[in-house]
Parts: sequence; C-alpha cells; structure tokens
Amino acid sequence: MHSLLSMKGIDKAFSSVPALRQAHLEVAPGEVHALIGQNGAGKSTMIKILTGVYRRDGGDVRFDDKPADISNPGQAQKSGIATIYQELNLVPLRSVTENVVMGYEPRRLGMLIDWRTAHRRTREILARFGIDIDVRAPLGSYSTAIRQLVAIARAVSLDAKLVIMDEPTSSLDDREVEVLFGVVRELKNSGVSVLYVSHFLDELFQICDRVTTMRDGQTVAVRSIAETSKLELIADMLGRNVEDIEAAGMTDLGGGEKQLGDVLLEADGIATGRRLFEFDLSVRRGEIVGLGGLLGSGRTEAGRALFGVDALTAGEIRLKGKRWAPTGPAGAIGDRIGMLTEDRKAEGIVPDMSVRENMTLALLPRLSRNGQIQTGRERQIVEEYIKALGIKTSNMDQPIRELSGGNQQKVLLARWLATEPELLILDEPTRGVDVGAKLEIQAIIRQYVDRGFGVVLISSEFEELVEGADRIVVLQDGHSVATLENPGITEDALVKAIAHHHTGEHA
Amino acid sequence: MPGSDAFDLRQFLRGDGRNAGVWIALAALILFGLARYENFGSAYNIVSFLNYNSMFIIISIGMCFVIMTGGIDLSVGSVAAFASVVAAYLSPYGIEVALPGGVLAGAAFGAINAFCIIAMRIPPFIATLATMLAAKGGALVISGAQTISVDWGSNFTKLGMEKAFNILPWTIVIVAIVAIVLWVVLEQTSLGRTVLAIGGSEDASNLMGLKVNRAKVFVYLLSGGCAGLAGVFLASGFGAGQPLEGIGWELSAIASVVVGGTLLTGGLGSVTATVAGALLLGLVFNILNFENGRGTISLSAYWQMVIRGGFLFVVILLQTRMNASRQKAG
Amino acid sequence: MSDGSLSNGKAVSRAPAPLSLGTLRNHGGLIALVLILAFNALFTPNFLQVQTLFVNISQVATIAIVAIGMTLVIATAGIDLSVGAVMALAGALAPLIFLSDFGQAYPALGIAAAFVLPLLAASLCGLFNGIMISYLNVQPIIATLILFISGRGIAQVLTNGNLQTFSNPYFSYLGTGKILGLPFQGWLALVLALAVYWLVSRTIFGRYLLAVGGNERAARLAGAPVRMVKIGAYVLCAFLSGIAGLIVVAINSASDAARNGNLMELDAIAAAVVGGALLQGGRAPIFGAILGAVIIQLVKYTLLANGVEDEVALIAKAAIIVLAVYIQQARKE
Repeated sequence: MHSLLSMKGIDKAFSSVPALRQAHLEVAPGEVHALIGQNGAGKSTMIKILTGVYRRDGGDVRFDDKPADISNPGQAQKSGIATIYQELNLVPLRSVTENVVMGYEPRRLGMLIDWRTAHRRTREILARFGIDIDVRAPLGSYSTAIRQLVAIARAVSLDAKLVIMDEPTSSLDDREVEVLFGVVRELKNSGVSVLYVSHFLDELFQICDRVTTMRDGQTVAVRSIAETSKLELIADMLGRNVEDIEAAGMTDLGGGEKQLGDVLLEADGIATGRRLFEFDLSVRRGEIVGLGGLLGSGRTEAGRALFGVDALTAGEIRLKGKRWAPTGPAGAIGDRIGMLTEDRKAEGIVPDMSVRENMTLALLPRLSRNGQIQTGRERQIVEEYIKALGIKTSNMDQPIRELSGGNQQKVLLARWLATEPELLILDEPTRGVDVGAKLEIQAIIRQYVDRGFGVVLISSEFEELVEGADRIVVLQDGHSVATLENPGITEDALVKAIAHHHTGEHA
Repeated sequence: MPGSDAFDLRQFLRGDGRNAGVWIALAALILFGLARYENFGSAYNIVSFLNYNSMFIIISIGMCFVIMTGGIDLSVGSVAAFASVVAAYLSPYGIEVALPGGVLAGAAFGAINAFCIIAMRIPPFIATLATMLAAKGGALVISGAQTISVDWGSNFTKLGMEKAFNILPWTIVIVAIVAIVLWVVLEQTSLGRTVLAIGGSEDASNLMGLKVNRAKVFVYLLSGGCAGLAGVFLASGFGAGQPLEGIGWELSAIASVVVGGTLLTGGLGSVTATVAGALLLGLVFNILNFENGRGTISLSAYWQMVIRGGFLFVVILLQTRMNASRQKAG
Repeated sequence: MSDGSLSNGKAVSRAPAPLSLGTLRNHGGLIALVLILAFNALFTPNFLQVQTLFVNISQVATIAIVAIGMTLVIATAGIDLSVGAVMALAGALAPLIFLSDFGQAYPALGIAAAFVLPLLAASLCGLFNGIMISYLNVQPIIATLILFISGRGIAQVLTNGNLQTFSNPYFSYLGTGKILGLPFQGWLALVLALAVYWLVSRTIFGRYLLAVGGNERAARLAGAPVRMVKIGAYVLCAFLSGIAGLIVVAINSASDAARNGNLMELDAIAAAVVGGALLQGGRAPIFGAILGAVIIQLVKYTLLANGVEDEVALIAKAAIIVLAVYIQQARKE
C-alpha cells in the first residue's frame, strides 16, 4: 500500500533504558489510523519522534514520499504534520484567531498583520466544522471541545497532511464527541490523514480504518478495524491470549465473604462547583465503594470533596453519624481520612525526598513530639511497611524518584495506610504500574477493608471496578446517577449505566 | 488593534490589558490637581512633568515587553546609570553619537541578559539581578565613581532642554515616537504576537513553531535599549552622567506595567496602558511635590522610596482582587 | 519501558567522571574554597595571619546568617530580595531605641528593647512577605521587591537619612566581642546554623519545608500546612536578616540606613546557591550556605587585598552568581 507516513525500525532509549525497539508505523493517505497501547508502551515516544520533540536513535522515517528528518515541532508543522494535544499547544489568553494564525499571519504592507483577513479566514475554517463563535474572544473563554476544534482548525489552515490527535475525547461529552467525529470525517474526506491515539476502544470502531498496537516499545500488531474485535485489541495490548482473558478475571480486588459494618461516611447532595453538582454516597466499614463514570464525570472531584480539598458549596457530609465540615487535607487526615491522588508525579511523590520521608509525610503530626520528629519510630514504621508491601528499594533513604512507578505507588499507598485512615479514597491506584504490582496493590486494598475500614475506589478501568468494588456509584456530569450492587455487576451493566444512566435507576 | 474594522478608542487605550481603570485614575488625579493647584495646568508644569517622566515611561515600556513574555528585568536602573555615563563621555561628539552610544550601551547589557537567560537558562530575575550589579560596577569603574559632566558646548544638552519645532522638548517627542512604534510592533506584527504568546504559554509557543528565542532576545535587547535611552535622557536633562542613579527604577517600571493591567505572569499587556501607568505614578509624586510646596505636608526625599513601594503594594492588591473575581466569574 | 526494572543498581553505578560538570556541582564549593585559599596563601601579602582570620570571620558572619535564612526561603522555591532592606531597618531601629530618652533612663531595659524590638520589626517584614506570597499568591520576586525598596526607605525616614553614631559597649559586644579569642558574631553564626540545621533535619517544620519546595501540591494533599510553612520561612529569613543588621551596626558603632545591608540580597543568594541550594526548591543545605558565604567573603577579600577596586568586585560577584546558578541549573536536566 502507498503510505503517507512510514516509520520503520525506530529505536529510542532514554539514559540507556530502551523506550522503543524496532517500532514501526504506517499511515495511508486519507486514512484514520489508530495507535493504541498501555501507558509506557511507547505511543507518545513514537509521536514525539515523528514531531521532532525527540531525536530517534535509529530507524527510518518517510513522510509524503520524502525522507523526513524532523528535528523540531516547527519543522514538523512546515512539512505538514500537525499535533493536537490536550491543552498544551494553544495559548488560552490569546484570541481564537491568533491561535489559528499565529506564526502564519496574513500580512499587509509587508510586515503588519492583516487582522481583517485573519479573522475572516478563521471564521471560514470553523464554519466548515459547523462552528460559529466570536473569533476575537480569548480562546480560554471557550470549552475544551471548542479549543480542540480550534487546534484542528489551525492544522487545517496550515495545510496539514497528517493530523495527530492525542486522546481527543477524554474530556468531551457525547455531543461534543459527535462534533469531533464529524470533523475527523470531514478531514478524511478532504484527503487528510489522521493518527488517532485513544484509550477508548469503542471510539476506534466508529471512526478508524486501521489500528496499530504497541507494547513495551514494540509494534505488536497492525489490524484492519473491520476485521478485528475489542477483545483482540485488548489481547494485543496486554500480550495475552484472547481465551485467557475471557476465562479469567483480570483483577485481584475480589475478596471473600463481605462483612459490612456501620455506616462510616455519608455524603448528601454535595457540590463543589468544580464539575461536581449533586453527589450522594455512603460507605460502610469493610466496604469498597467504586466510583464509575467517564473522565470528567466528576469522579475525581467527588474524591477531592470528601477529602476536603475543594470546599463544599452545597450538601452535607456525615462522618460516623456526625455532621462533618471538611477544612482541607490536613483536617481530613486528622479525622482519619486519606486520599491517594490520581497524578502520582504532580500530586503524589516529592521526587527528591527519600522513600522514608515520602512515606511518613502524612503521618508527621503523629510522629512528632513538640515539633521534633521521632526518628527511631519513623524508621521502624517505614521498615515495617517496606516489608509488608514488598517495596523494592535499596534502602529507605533512597530518593523515591529512582524507584519504578509501581514501587513509587506502593510507597504512596503506605503513606496513607500508615496513618490508619478509617476511610481511604483511592484515585486510580493502579494506573501506570505493571501488572504484577497492580495485583499486589489490589490485594493490599482488600486486606485493608477486611480490617473494618472503608475504601472509595475511583477507577477508569471497568474490570477493576466490577470485580473489586462491593458497590459502584455511577457519575455523570457531576451527578451521581445510579448505584450497582455486587455480586451481580457485569462490565456490560456498568457500561450501560455509564452510557445511559436511566437504565441503572432500578438497581 | 486586533480585529476592529474601525478605530476603537477603548481597545486602543486598554489594549488587552485588564485595567481600563488606570485612565480613569489618571483623569481623576489630573482633575484633582487642576482644581487644587494654581500652576498645575501651566505649560511649564506639564512640560517639565513630561520631560522628567520621559525616563520612566521609556523604561516602563521596555519592562512591559519583558513582563509580557513572563520574564522580568531588574537591571534597568543600573543600566540607565551606566548609559548616562557613556552618553556623558560621548557628549562632545554631539547628540548624533551620544544618543546611539547610550542606547547601544544599554542594549549591550540587554544582550548579556538575553544570553544568560536563553543560552545559559538562568532564571530571568537572577540573570538581571547579576547584570544590575555588573552595570552598577561598570558605571562606577568607567566614571571613577564621579558624576561626569556633559559637554555643554555640544548639542547634546539640547535633547532635554530644547524644544522640537518649538513645541515640545525633544525627549517627549522621542518617547512618543518610540511608544507608537512599539505599540505597532505589539499589536500589528508577528513579533509582538509572539511576545504575548510566550507569556501565555511558552511550551505552546514552541509547539506552534513560533520563533520563541528570537522574541525573547528582542525583549531583553529592547528593555536594555530603553534603559539606555533613559540614561541618555538622564545625562542630557541633568547635564551629567550619574553612576549612582537608578536605584528603585525597576520597581517604578514594574509598578507602571502592572497598574497598566499587564499580567505579571505574562500573556496579556498593553503599551498604551503602561504609558498611562507610568504617568499615574509620576503624577502621584508631582502632586506630593505641590503639597510639599503648599506646606500642607513635609516629606523628605526618603519618602519617595516608601511611596513607590506602597504604590506597588496597592496595585498588586488590586490586581490580585481582580484576578480572584475574574476566576469566580469564569 | 518495563516498570519495576529501573533497579537500584543503576543509581549506584553512575560513577561521576573526574572533573565533569557533576563533580563541579557536588564538590564545586569545596574546590573553589581550596583554590581561593591556595591563591591567597601564595599571592596575597599577610594572608596567613591571625588578623586576617579575624577580619574575615567578622565579615563573613553577617553574610552567613542572612544566607541561612535565604536558604530556607529558596528551599520553598521562593526568593527574598528584601533581606538587605530589613537589615537596614533593624539596624536603624536599635540605636534609636537605646539612644531614646527611655533607653537613657533605663539602660538595661533600653538595651534589651534594642535587641527585641528591631528583631520583632524584622519578623513583621517577613510576615508581610509571607502573607503576600502565600495568601495573595504574589510571585516572591515582586512581593519582596516592595520591601526591597520601601524597607530601606522607611529606615531612612526614621533616621532622617542621618548617620547615627553611638558608643555603647553592651550593644557593641555583638560586633566586637570575643569568645575564646574569636569574634562573637562568628560563634553566633555557628550557633544559628546549628539551630537551623536541627530545625530542617529533625523537626516537622523542616520536613514540611522541604516537601513544600519539592512538590507543593503533593505536600498540601499530604496535610502539610503549606501557607504556614512558607510564612515561617520568610519570617525566619527576615528575623535572621534583622540579627545581621544589628551586627553590622554594632561593628561600626554607627547606623547608616543607606549602606547597611546594601546588596546583601545578592551575597545571600549567591552564598545559598554556591552552597548547593536549588532555585526550584526542595533542598536546604544550611552548612552549604555557610561554605558559600565563606567563598563569597574570600573572593571579596582577595580582590580587595590585591588592590582590585570595589566596583570591579561587583562585576566579579555578578559573574560568580551567574556561574553558580548555571552549574546548579544543569543538575535538573
């Protein structure tokens, strides 16, 4: 097949750790091509090499029938490759027009910008996508969906031949996704190729022609979307057989008999104004309550509200039967609530601090007397948790940044377990960790609730929720819309509840 | 102004800075001065006010460009002092040599700043703090720690003391021209838009393929050059190169920029509103002088520094409150 | 990239090449110190004399004390430009107090007040900086720039710009006293360094300080009182600057609001950075700051003793700062 883009035998290593090994990727003209794989599979490294952010160590890249030696993003743009990142490549403070024409402004008198033409051209491109907005307003005053379309408009105005979309739908609602898909089809019709990176497999079947799957830095499969199944793609990504996946559960949260105790925490119609509008929840001792929903449905915001990070604007929380007014993380920790945050790097680890210091960070108030840290007790506690959780570290004073993702996550989990919270909120506890560590972490969580504590589990992995949670509260647009009870929840039921919340009302 | 088909006065005055209030405050202070002091509206006061403040206006405009990229230039005061000494030494050759000489001396320090910030990746405030020191040292070295009298025989002093076409002093005319040119650069050229984009998001600007480094070099050169021009004005206006001047000028400039509605974090800004901010700060001192003259208050020169700091404090409080209310609204 | 295989062995096996940038970064301070000492021993007349040691100790103490405070602030990823102005303010207040009618009438109380009140005023400056930064979210450079200018202005307004001379043996002990033959302020700097070192390494405040500088969001979510920690750092920095201001006044038996602490912010930042503080925050090498202060002082002394003008010394200092930050900066990349 004649290719627009052909990347072959790509190698790339970061400080001698290989990220790509002989990876390849081909995109045909006018094709919508999906690129999938788990976190760390090498998708983004591949894209960054293509767009000149990284330099490849080896291999060939051909684009548009020419050897492409792209060494910076500007060059990528000039040769017809445009990337639509989530937020990164636009300037919210500047106007829509500026974001579309910046660097390629129409001129008059040789050097002055012809704003009238610039605005007109911007309006015309957006009109092609069926959007009519004030192009002089700051881009930041529009929704994420509009911003993404503006980024695509920029690509189109630059005569891009290949548009790369990185998780374009993760923060869009259904209607916005439809608009985006319309734009993708419009691009395809006008002969522009699209490289589509997404975690949402269902989407691929709606708009993609072919799919390339990567795993551990290698290209493991290239399939035509019409001739494959979701299960097959998952099997490719995980490196397992289809039969194995069908046969076995994939998580290790599922416990033995449930013995539920008293109600630990109740939230009644709480709102924070941050994408959380009306949320009800009750957690009992010995129970794992899952929060399901799409990205942007308010899952994380619900967790933040319960931990007191965002102030409540409505509703009420009762902790062990008493009305509880959250005052912030410090107060919540004092009242024996903990929260493992979603973004390990930005909100979890303090990279330059040691494993020990990271682990005891939330415990400090209880570890110190008159402001002085009791180091003997500290070392003893850390020792215990390193052993109990099987954390692989040369010693407790090793900087946490030198640990693997899974071990970092275990340290953070230990940070919270050490404070012995009665309620532990876990936001994506197994994201970005390898399968082994994942199972261990899930086992630790189950052990923990079995001691009579409660857990709120936020996860975008349906399997983890379905098999791990005793109950799942489904969120949509910042509202809790349904509750599913285990045993009996299937992935299908959860997907249905998330997709059409009315079907879950009877549960 | 972006987008308007007809001339939009509001847009012109405010740019896309967040503060049209600066013009209102300026107008209010002027009205207050006119009503209270007999000589406030006199041609003499107006001209000498503008003449004196031309230094601060020009420095503020340069600073405005730096701040719009999200940077800062703390070296402007000592650079102006250095340039004033250079201009004083060059004054026998006439204004044709001394003026470009002073501006180039300033731009040279701007080049050092740009090199440290862009090539060595040193944070702007550290780099410019170091140049502040170096320029101060340099000014003292070349002047032997003395004020250097200019050559009164040459045409150099005409710059500050004679009027262009018998209407306005040359300094004011030059400032007006520089301000207009830079307004055009900011609002109507790719370079100006890049400056704003960098402040909005440097990563995004890079990903868009904008010439980020070129724009950053430009703003630091510009700021240095503006400081140099202010130094030339200083030397011609006071008849001497003054190696010890310039203390606290960076503060005045930053305050003027901020009061003009430019975001300290960059990405939004306006040349016209910055000029208004500089005028406003100058007017505060002008009015205090009048009060001193009337004997209602008696302020020593040392109060100037306190008031400058206080002014910046108030401006920052206002901007913080504005940001907070904007976030609530959004 | 397989998780779990980024083993510990890697960190250990990363042996630094001799005289690489890495070596410079980790031991640059000590190397510089040895070089300067060797240079002076060889070329500077009368360098190896007790008198030289005394002069340098009494001079380095103020830089060191302020640098300790600056290190705490830099550890939160902040900066304090107002230290010099705070020195001037504290220094101006002290003689005003013990020379006042009250101070003359009750000398003991007057002296006590001349220590306590200026330090209180200094701490209030720190509180102002801290609140601006943590509650109003003003960038540290801008927030501390306010007092950088007006702090000295206030000091000059208070003294009307006059040089205040005095002779008061009790107060002057701070600058001229000796313990075991060595200048009192040297001992004071050492004691303060030990105290702050203890604070950073053994107390909850110190741990939070490093966590806030290392990752502010993570620290807040782990229950660290971020605002209080930042305010604490700025208050401590201002308090230490106040002490330094008093020492300078005591050494000179005179207070000059225009000169006391002038350009100290640069010396302190340079000392902290040379000592290994990272401008991005998260590290607080207290004894590194002392080492940095010693180097800065020795550079000054070397230039002075070899007949280099003060003005040229300024340029040399600017170069040192840029170089030190450059070397530290490379660390993160």
